[in-house]
Amino acid sequence: MNDKLIYFLEITGLNWFVPLAKIAGGEPAGFQFQQLVKMIGLPLIAMLAFLFFWHFGAAKVDTSLGQLPGPVQVWEQVKVLNEEHQAERQRETDFYQRQEQRNANKLAKNPDAEIKVRDFNGRPTFIDQIWTSLFTVFVGFLLASLIAIPIGIVSGLSQNLYNAINPLIQIFKPVSPLAWLPIVTMVVSAVYVSADPMFSKSFITSAITVMLCSLWPTLINTAVGVSSIDRDLLNVGKVLRLGYFTTVWKIVVPSSIPMIFTGLRISLGIGWMVLIAAEMLAQNPGLGKFVWDEFQNGSSNSLSRIMVAVLAIGLIGFALDRIMLTLQKFFSYDKTANIR
Amino acid sequence: MESYLNIDHVSIDFPTANGPFRALDNVNIQINKGEFVSIIGHSGCGKSTVMNIVGGLYQATEGGVILQGKEVNEPGPDRAIVFQNHALFPWLTCYQNVELAVKSVFGKTRNRQQIRDWTLHNLELVHMTHAKDKLPAEISGGMKQRIGIARALAMEPKVLLMDEPFGALDALTRAHLQDSLMEIQADLNNTVIMITHDVDEAVLLSDKIVMMTNGPAASIGEILQVDLPRPRQRLDLADNADYNHYRSEVIKFLHQRHARKAA
Ligand SMILES: Nc1ncnc2c1ncn2[C@@H]1O[C@H](COP(=O)(O)OP(=O)(O)OP(=O)(O)O)[C@@H](O)[C@H]1O
Ligand SMILES: [Mg+2]
Repeated sequence: MNDKLIYFLEITGLNWFVPLAKIAGGEPAGFQFQQLVKMIGLPLIAMLAFLFFWHFGAAKVDTSLGQLPGPVQVWEQVKVLNEEHQAERQRETDFYQRQEQRNANKLAKNPDAEIKVRDFNGRPTFIDQIWTSLFTVFVGFLLASLIAIPIGIVSGLSQNLYNAINPLIQIFKPVSPLAWLPIVTMVVSAVYVSADPMFSKSFITSAITVMLCSLWPTLINTAVGVSSIDRDLLNVGKVLRLGYFTTVWKIVVPSSIPMIFTGLRISLGIGWMVLIAAEMLAQNPGLGKFVWDEFQNGSSNSLSRIMVAVLAIGLIGFALDRIMLTLQKFFSYDKTANIR
Repeated sequence: MESYLNIDHVSIDFPTANGPFRALDNVNIQINKGEFVSIIGHSGCGKSTVMNIVGGLYQATEGGVILQGKEVNEPGPDRAIVFQNHALFPWLTCYQNVELAVKSVFGKTRNRQQIRDWTLHNLELVHMTHAKDKLPAEISGGMKQRIGIARALAMEPKVLLMDEPFGALDALTRAHLQDSLMEIQADLNNTVIMITHDVDEAVLLSDKIVMMTNGPAASIGEILQVDLPRPRQRLDLADNADYNHYRSEVIKFLHQRHARKAA
């Protein structure tokens, strides 16, 4: 049981807790305690030092919006933002209750009365914006992966195809999302016309921009992974007369999974960064818009609220990377490999 | 009479920057059913190339390979290959590695139970049943090579091709595997082509030793028939005059007569 717990902690990257689990499992506490100090103690010290410099450093910087906020003010805003979110949710439930009540009354008076059901449209809170951003990045990243992995596999298997598309990849890879954005916006407005759109245009624009920027690392890593497969493994497939798709599924994909995931992790990281920038520039809903709105708003709390957003962006980026790492470890055959 | 496997006047050119490079020139080997043939020669002379042509992985530029009266020019399970570096799929257990081969070759003709039995049977043949659920990374080099042999045997090949199957192993492990291979060979009477660098291994295992001249444009130097009675015991053979004669023949070839015979 304990072994399983430790395996789970290691695979999810929660290495910090491994020594605790080991002490609980009856392993010599002395050595594990040292490990604990190394894994938790040192980062803790660094964290405290950071907070210390932030606190005293920020106090010395005066901006047009007042003093640069320190950790205390930022923490205040975390609470405020959360309260705002709760309040908004409350308003939403109240709204729907009133509407239901009203409609019920109408129907009671006249069973044939026409009733109106309207959606609540309150202001999206910070937390709403987080979910919007997460969903957008997920969709963009998923689209990118669905395109990049198959192309990567096919071009990794065929040197000619790789040579053919390599210049294109090299040219598009360094393009900044901000350069893509106007083009994507115009194309989406032109092409995505429907009376009852399932997704808003701004969402599509953001997702496609994310996709365009997060295609390349996955594509390149997949192609490199596939082209460096042990020739003998492919020869075994030939001797067994496996078809193209069987070869891909049984040999190519499993052996290049580690490289594919390395690419996916980089892609997701880039996608997340790109998304925030795109949302800011295009005023598309999400965390980027939140930051931009606060900046325009320019109240005395704005800087603190932006810092909350910065920290949230960082923490979410970190969490996304951990999730990918966990998936990578889970799907890789070589569990002993030290994947960071 | 037509021989079982006929490597018929095979030559091969590899394209290089300086024009075609003739690696093999007019290689001619006849092999009977059930015969164990070793190919020996200096490094880089073209042994693997011969094997890859028989295996269908390379195409001969001239000549061809005829198996049971039919020309073969693409890879197939009738010519199973044991690779020098085992080439096991690292994400599959030993059992699954063998099973994949069995399923690909017999998936249409045998039912699940038969596939399972045949997989286990071949693991048993190489004495690896105990490790069937381990991953290749969890077993020793010798064990991996056993699984590689089991996988090849499981295809019921007409010809078993082995490219320095024991080259990467230490002497003791190698001796064990040679003994296992002789046992299996006595049982199944496969037709085998094995590449080796090891003179003792060649004499101990083979019915016929093919000695290749140095490249480029390597060819067959001599073919030595080894008529030692089977089963062969390595300890008894150490003092056997015939054995030592064969051994010295091969050594003499490798050290004196390896150059291409004057045309
Ligand atoms: N695909 C290829 N393209 C070009 N040249 C090749 C190719 N394969 C082999 N050669 C050349 O053919 C010659 C024979 O190579 P081969 O691998 O068959 O030698 P070998 O006898 O198996 O050597 P070793 O004992 O080191 O394994 C070498 O000179 C090699 O450089
Ligand atoms: Mg070789």
